[in-house]
Amino acid sequence: MSAIDTLVGLLAGRIDAASLAPRDWDGVISVARAEAMLATLAHHLREADLPPPVAALFADQRAAAQVAKDQALWEAEMARRALAPEGIEFVLLKGTAYAAGGLPCSAGRQIGDLDILVLAHDIRRAENELLEAGWEWVKSDPYDDFYYREHMHELPPLIHKARDRMIDVHHTILPKTHRVTPDALALVGDAVTTASGFAILNREDMACHCAAHMLADGDLQGGLRNLWDFHFLTRDFAAADTGFWGRLDARADLHGLRGAVHRAARLARDLYGAELPSGWDRQDARDVWYRRRLLARDDWGRPTNFMLQQAFYIRSHWMRMPPTMLAKHLWTKWRKR
Amino acid sequence: MRHSARIQVGPVQFRIGSDWRQPIAALETLYAGYPRDDARPADATVRLFAARPWRRWLRPSVHIGGDFVVPDALPLPLSMGLLAAEMGMNLQVALGWRRHLLLHASAVARDGRAVIMSGESGSGKSTLAALLGEGDWRLMGDEFTLVEPASGDALAFPRAVSLKNEAIAEMAARVDAARLGPLLAGTPKGDIRHLIPRADAIAAMHVPARPALILFPRFGGEAAIEPMGEGEAFVRLTEASTNYIALGEAGFAALTRLVRETPAFGITYPDSAAGMALVERLWAEAAR
Repeated sequence: MSAIDTLVGLLAGRIDAASLAPRDWDGVISVARAEAMLATLAHHLREADLPPPVAALFADQRAAAQVAKDQALWEAEMARRALAPEGIEFVLLKGTAYAAGGLPCSAGRQIGDLDILVLAHDIRRAENELLEAGWEWVKSDPYDDFYYREHMHELPPLIHKARDRMIDVHHTILPKTHRVTPDALALVGDAVTTASGFAILNREDMACHCAAHMLADGDLQGGLRNLWDFHFLTRDFAAADTGFWGRLDARADLHGLRGAVHRAARLARDLYGAELPSGWDRQDARDVWYRRRLLARDDWGRPTNFMLQQAFYIRSHWMRMPPTMLAKHLWTKWRKR
Repeated sequence: MRHSARIQVGPVQFRIGSDWRQPIAALETLYAGYPRDDARPADATVRLFAARPWRRWLRPSVHIGGDFVVPDALPLPLSMGLLAAEMGMNLQVALGWRRHLLLHASAVARDGRAVIMSGESGSGKSTLAALLGEGDWRLMGDEFTLVEPASGDALAFPRAVSLKNEAIAEMAARVDAARLGPLLAGTPKGDIRHLIPRADAIAAMHVPARPALILFPRFGGEAAIEPMGEGEAFVRLTEASTNYIALGEAGFAALTRLVRETPAFGITYPDSAAGMALVERLWAEAAR
């Protein structure tokens, strides 16, 4: 069995950690690192029977993830101190939101940049306040800057000059030019507040955003981690609220994300063993390509299946922008190489 | 990958894969005397690979990959494959290791107590450590020194010493040729030749040592010793650490303890003999 299959099997609970030969861990650790899931795996196997060197490495990963989580929440606090005095409300997204909400999927989850969502009419003010509070532009070229402002769902990334941490300020969750236009006003309007006082998306919107981020806005790089988020989020939400799947359906319809959300649910079932209600538990012949893309990694952690990766890369651009714009964009990018 | 090796240096078990036989063969010769546990799972993976299949044979160039990579790192010619392996291993430790506070510093030990030497490349910290390691010191490492957060002890990382330029001749005059690797001439870092640490240093690689001195050597200029305050030593060592920030509070606690409990000095020296004499002198004073 390949290392990536073993990783997924361990996460799904299909494979018992004690059944692995010591050297099987080489590949599992490498692919988990490549998928930014080593600390997630370390949390998942906290109680498992592991070879001592693996147990020690996993303990390191859990401790490091705790520090990283505290640092990410501190960044959120810094953003609040910059924006709250001006009355600019923002909603935390992705990893930082899961951590702020104390959600189980945040255990060991790698958090990269701070992602926040503000109302579109607040975005210029948010930008100014952040610049005054010490964030600055990551050096980029004028075309990229123009492209972000004109067509994207977020400002060009800002980095804090003292803390060296990036912030992505979004005004919606998919590019403006994308074929699908989620209801950004509803996302912000229906956000909920955590015990620590941060706004995060409500349960259904959080699942919608997770699916959109994975399946509608990228080439599935890091997809296994996003799928794990989706699996854990929906599993826990459904356990706490029997009407969750029905409400998720309705909310996905509102945002135009029904296809992405259903596909994410099926992939979570196929890879991580998620249990789905009847209306969701279907088959789709195209899912096989997604599964292959998600598992395209060899035992040394290297990406494999180059053609399939390219296909998903092209697909991500195809969804993001109309054909003439895509042609223009690729032409500009190519000339800059 | 086609060829692979497993190497244990200090607390880290490496798995190194390569598209070519040569770098693996060179590693296996250099690390033949190190303790081996082939059943132990690897903490870190290094990959030496050709960017395109035909580049395995046609003007072969070695790209450095692994669990952690530096974007845009330039490949090296196959003749420098050993250097590529060394760089790949360093990279995994520098970016991935979280168990200890990692200092970019050499270290030697005597009677269970360590002298930690931190400095920029060219400061002579590797050469000093290698030379002292041929006398009555145990070489702990020429590149990384690990500090255990719970105990404050220094741990060794005695990889094969990377001798550069003038240091090569200086060491070659003193040690058995069997302990030297092949000469890698004209690398991006100058001429390089590896020195296998003494067998007793390798055998003791898991034995911790209590930090006794922190030195910041500077090569060139008249011999001089300058006592350094805790604050300056602290700041310099944060800059010499690749994981200080990632360790958060544990890193801060380990480093403050290190600089509070360990006297620090800047030393300037005109040649190796003078440098070694300064280390011995400070050691004698610290031991008193």
